[in-house]
Amino acid sequence: MDQIYTKSYPSPIVDEREILRYAGVRRGDASDELSALLSSCIAECEGKLTYKVCYRRLPLDVCGNKISLGGLVFFSDSLSKVLGGCEQVIIFGATVGLGLDRLITRYSAISPARALMLQAYGGERIEALCDAFFEDMKNELSEEGFSVVQRFSPGYGDLTLETQRDIFSALECYKKIGLTLNESFVMSPSKSVTAIIGIYKTDC
Amino acid sequence: MKITEYIKNNILYLDGGMGTLLQARGLRAGELPEIWNMTHSDIIKDIHKGYYDAGSNVVNTNTFGANTLKFSPEELDNIVKAAINNARNAAEESLGAQPKWVALDIGPTGRMLKPYGDLDFEDAVAVFAETVKLGVKYGADLIMIETMNDSYETKAALLAAKENSELPVFVSNAYGEDGKLMTGASPAAMVAMLEGMGADAIGANCSLGPRALRGVIEEYLRYASVPVLLKPNAGLPKAVDGKTVYDVGAEEFSEEIQALVGSGVSIVGGCCGTTPEYISATVRATADIKPLKREKKKGTLISSYTHALEFGNEPILIGERINPTGKKRFKEALKAHDIDYILQEGIAQQEKGVHVLDVNVGLPDIDEIEMLKQAVCQLQAIIDLPLQIDTSDPVAMEAALRRYNGKAMINSVNGKKESMEAVFPLAKKYGGLVVALTLDERGIPETAEERLEIAKNILSVAESYGIEKKDLIFDPLALTVSADKKAALETMRAVKLIKDSLGCHTSLGISNVSFGLPARDAVNGTFFALTLAQGLSAAIMNPYSYEMMKVYYSYRALSGIDDNCADYISFASSLQENVTKVEEKISAPLEAEYSSELQRAIIKGLKEKAAELTSVLLDNIDPLEIVQREIIPALDMVGVGFENKTVYLPGLLMSAEAAKAAFEVIKSKMTTDTGADKCSFVIATVKGDIHDIGKNIVKLILENYGFAVSDLGRDVPPEDIVAETVRLHAPIVGLSALMTTTVPAMEETIRLLRSKAPWCKIVVGGAVLNQEYSDAIGADKYAKDAMAAVRYADQINREIKEK
Repeated sequence: MDQIYTKSYPSPIVDEREILRYAGVRRGDASDELSALLSSCIAECEGKLTYKVCYRRLPLDVCGNKISLGGLVFFSDSLSKVLGGCEQVIIFGATVGLGLDRLITRYSAISPARALMLQAYGGERIEALCDAFFEDMKNELSEEGFSVVQRFSPGYGDLTLETQRDIFSALECYKKIGLTLNESFVMSPSKSVTAIIGIYKTDC
Repeated sequence: MKITEYIKNNILYLDGGMGTLLQARGLRAGELPEIWNMTHSDIIKDIHKGYYDAGSNVVNTNTFGANTLKFSPEELDNIVKAAINNARNAAEESLGAQPKWVALDIGPTGRMLKPYGDLDFEDAVAVFAETVKLGVKYGADLIMIETMNDSYETKAALLAAKENSELPVFVSNAYGEDGKLMTGASPAAMVAMLEGMGADAIGANCSLGPRALRGVIEEYLRYASVPVLLKPNAGLPKAVDGKTVYDVGAEEFSEEIQALVGSGVSIVGGCCGTTPEYISATVRATADIKPLKREKKKGTLISSYTHALEFGNEPILIGERINPTGKKRFKEALKAHDIDYILQEGIAQQEKGVHVLDVNVGLPDIDEIEMLKQAVCQLQAIIDLPLQIDTSDPVAMEAALRRYNGKAMINSVNGKKESMEAVFPLAKKYGGLVVALTLDERGIPETAEERLEIAKNILSVAESYGIEKKDLIFDPLALTVSADKKAALETMRAVKLIKDSLGCHTSLGISNVSFGLPARDAVNGTFFALTLAQGLSAAIMNPYSYEMMKVYYSYRALSGIDDNCADYISFASSLQENVTKVEEKISAPLEAEYSSELQRAIIKGLKEKAAELTSVLLDNIDPLEIVQREIIPALDMVGVGFENKTVYLPGLLMSAEAAKAAFEVIKSKMTTDTGADKCSFVIATVKGDIHDIGKNIVKLILENYGFAVSDLGRDVPPEDIVAETVRLHAPIVGLSALMTTTVPAMEETIRLLRSKAPWCKIVVGGAVLNQEYSDAIGADKYAKDAMAAVRYADQINREIKEK
C-alpha cells in the first residue's frame, strides 16, 4: 500500500456562480460586461489547465496531539480531533498546473480585471479538482469497506504550514505532478492544494 | 574507452529504478534516501551491483536529491563521496564483462524557479555547481541530469555541469501524458536548447512506460543529432491485493524498448518500478541490434520555453516593436523602468501573429545590461514566443542569453574580427541562432557577390568555434532605396545568392528600405513580397502594418503553404469585422445616466472603445478638459459605487482599465503633463510572497488617480524597497502580503524604511492583514481595499501640496 500514485482527471464541470463569488461578485449578480469577461476567460483557459493529483496511503497512529503517519510525525489538536477513530490516511497534492499562473501573470501586465477573473477561475478549478478526487477515493475505498472524513490541509486550525515540507517530501510532489514549495511555504503552481483525508473502517 | 566514443557504435545500457528498491529494503516515508549512502552503504552497493550484473554499463549514484538546498556542505561532501564509492565498489565486484561507468546522478531541486517560484536562476546554477564539483572531486565518469520537469531548471543544471567539469553530460527530462514537460516544453524545444548548449546525449525518463513515451522519443529522434536516451517506468503503478505492482512486466518492457532501439534510440535503461530483471531482459532483447548511426540534422531551430520553431518551412515574422529607436513613448517607458509597457508591446505583437520577438532596449542613459536581462526574463514569463536578443553590447548579450529559457536568436554578429570574437564564444556556450550581417571592417559592400564573400568568411570563422552552418542566418542588409536606386535590387540578389550557393537562411530588417520616402508602408510591403520570392526565410518587421501582414498572408496562400487558404481567409475576415465593429460603436444610442459616450465606455469598462472615443475627442477638445470633465468624474462614479457595494471588484477594474486606455491615448498626444499628476508612490509585494494580484489592482487604480507609481514587483527584498523609496524620495510606500508567513518580511521592511526613509508613510494591505496586524508591525495605515489605499494616498498628496 505504501506507494505514491498519480491521477489525471478530465476538466470538472464549471460552476460560474462560484467563480464570480471568488471574484467578489455576490449572488451571481454580474453585468453583461462581466459575464462576457468570464466567458472569454474560460474559453482562453481551454486546454491550458491540467488536473493532476499525487497521493499516498499511510498508516495512522494518533496519541494526544501527536499524529504519526509512517515516518511522518505532526503535532496538532485540530487534526487529531478530525482523525479521531481513523486508522489510515490518504495524503495528497493536487494542482491545475503552471499554465494558469502564466496566464494570470500575462494579464497582470495588461488587464488586472482579467487577471482577477482568471484567479477566481483557478480557485474554483482547484476546489473542483479536490472534490473530484475526494469522491473518487470515497468510492474506491468503500469497496474495501472503508469510509473517509473531510479533507484537512496545513494551515487549517493549529496544523502549521511547516507541515507542508514533510507532505511534499513524502509525496515527491515535484517529481509526480510538478508541484513545488518555496521557503515561505507558498506553493507553485499557485492553484494547488495539499491535504490529509482520514480513513476508517465502516461498520458492517 | 571513453563513454563518448563507446556510444558512437554501441548500445549503452543504463540502470533501472532505485526508489522502489529502497522502499522494499525499508526506506520509510519522509526519510532521505541520500543518507543511506552512508548508513546503509552495503544495501546501496548491492542494488548497484544488481544492475551491473544484469548488464548495465552505467549506474547512477544514489544522489537524486543531493544538493545544498537539502544538505549542509559537509553532509553533501560525505554523501557524494560515499555514493560514488558505493557505485565504484559495485562495478569492481560485479563479474559482468561489459565496460562500466559511474554517473553522478542529479535530480531536480524540487523548487520552482523565479518568477513562478522563489529560486533565482543563478542560485539554481550555484546549487547544481556544488554537487557537480563534488562529483568531479570524487571521480564520477559522467553526469546524468535526469527527471527534470522544467526546461529552465534543466538549463541551470546543464550550465552548472558545463561550467564546473569536463565530464560528458547526459540530460533526461520527464514528460507528461500530453508529451510536454510540466512547465510546457515540447521535446523539440528541449532538443534545440540542450544540443545548443552542448549536451552529449539527451532524452526522456520516468513518468510513463515505454509505449506511452514513444511519441516523445520519436520527436527526439527527428530533431536530435546527439544520441537519444530512454529510461521509462515499468508502466504505471496499480494496487493489486494491497500490493503495488507496475503494469508493464520485464518481457513486455524489453520488447517495447527493442522496438525503439530499432527506431534509433541507443542509450536505454529503466526508471520507477524497473529492477535488474528488466535490464537483463532488455539487454537480451537488444543484444543483436546494431545501433543506428546518428546523422547530423540540418534543420535550423530556435525555441521558447514551450516550443521549437524551424526555419525554412514558411516565412518567419520577427516583430520589431520592442525597440526604442524613433519611439518617444518607448524611450520614456525605458527611462521610467516601465517593464509593463514592454510586455504590452510583446503581447500586442503576438496577437498580431509574429513568430519571434526582437528585444532591443538600448538607450544611452540606461543600464542596458540590467534592463535587457529583466526584459528577457519578464517577456519569457508570459509570452511563449522565441526571442531575438538585439544588442551590440556583448556583456548585455551574455546576461540575456544566460537567462533565456530556450535557444534564442542572437542579433547580431558581423564580419568584423572583433564582432566575431565577442559573439561566437557566447553562441557556442549558450546555444543560439546567430544573425550575421554581411558587413566587415570595410563597411557594407555594394554588390551581392561581395556580401556573399563576407558570408563565406563568417561561416568559416564560425566553424572554427564549433558553430554549425545551420546555426547562422545571414542578413544581407536592406539599404535605403531613396539614396541608391539599385540598393533594393542588390539586397534581393544577395538573398538568393546566399541561399543558393551556401544553403543558408536569410533574414532582413525590411523597413530600412523605405527610409526617407512618403507612405513607407507601401514600399515595405512590396519589398517584402519581392524578397520572399527570392527565398527570404525571415523578416524583422512591423506587425501593425496592414501592408506587411497582407503580403505575408497572401504570399502563404499563393505559395501553397496555406491549406484551403484558411489563414488568408481568416485574416481577411478579421479586417472586415473591424470595420463593422467601429460602425456599430458609433451608432449605439446613449442612455440617460451617462453624460457622454466616453463616460459610458469607462463606466461599463470598454477598453478599446474608451481609447477610440478619446482619440476622436482629442480632435476638438483640450486634453486636460477631457481628463477633468470626462475621465475623472466617470472614475469617481465607479469608485463611489464600489465603496457603496453596488459595483464589484472586477467591475471596478474593468473601468480602471478603460480609463487607463483613455489616459494612454492622451499621453501619446501630449507633451506636457495632464495637470492631474500627483506624488510618487512606491509599491511592492514583500519578500517571499509571489502573489501580486492585489498589488496590481492597487497600482492600476492609483495610476488612474494620477499617482506616479513605481512598481517593484513581487518577492521584493526590503533593501530594494528602501533603495527605491530613497531614490524617489517617495512620500508613500505601499506593501502587500498574502501569506501569514511573509508578514515578518513586511515588518522587517517597515523597520528598515523607518530608519532609512523616515519621511515616508507606509500603507499595507493583503489577505492576511487587518487593522490589528497593521498596528502591530508599525504601518501608518491599513487599507482594506484599493479604494481605501487611493483615499489615503490622496490625503497624503493633499498634505504635501498644501505645505
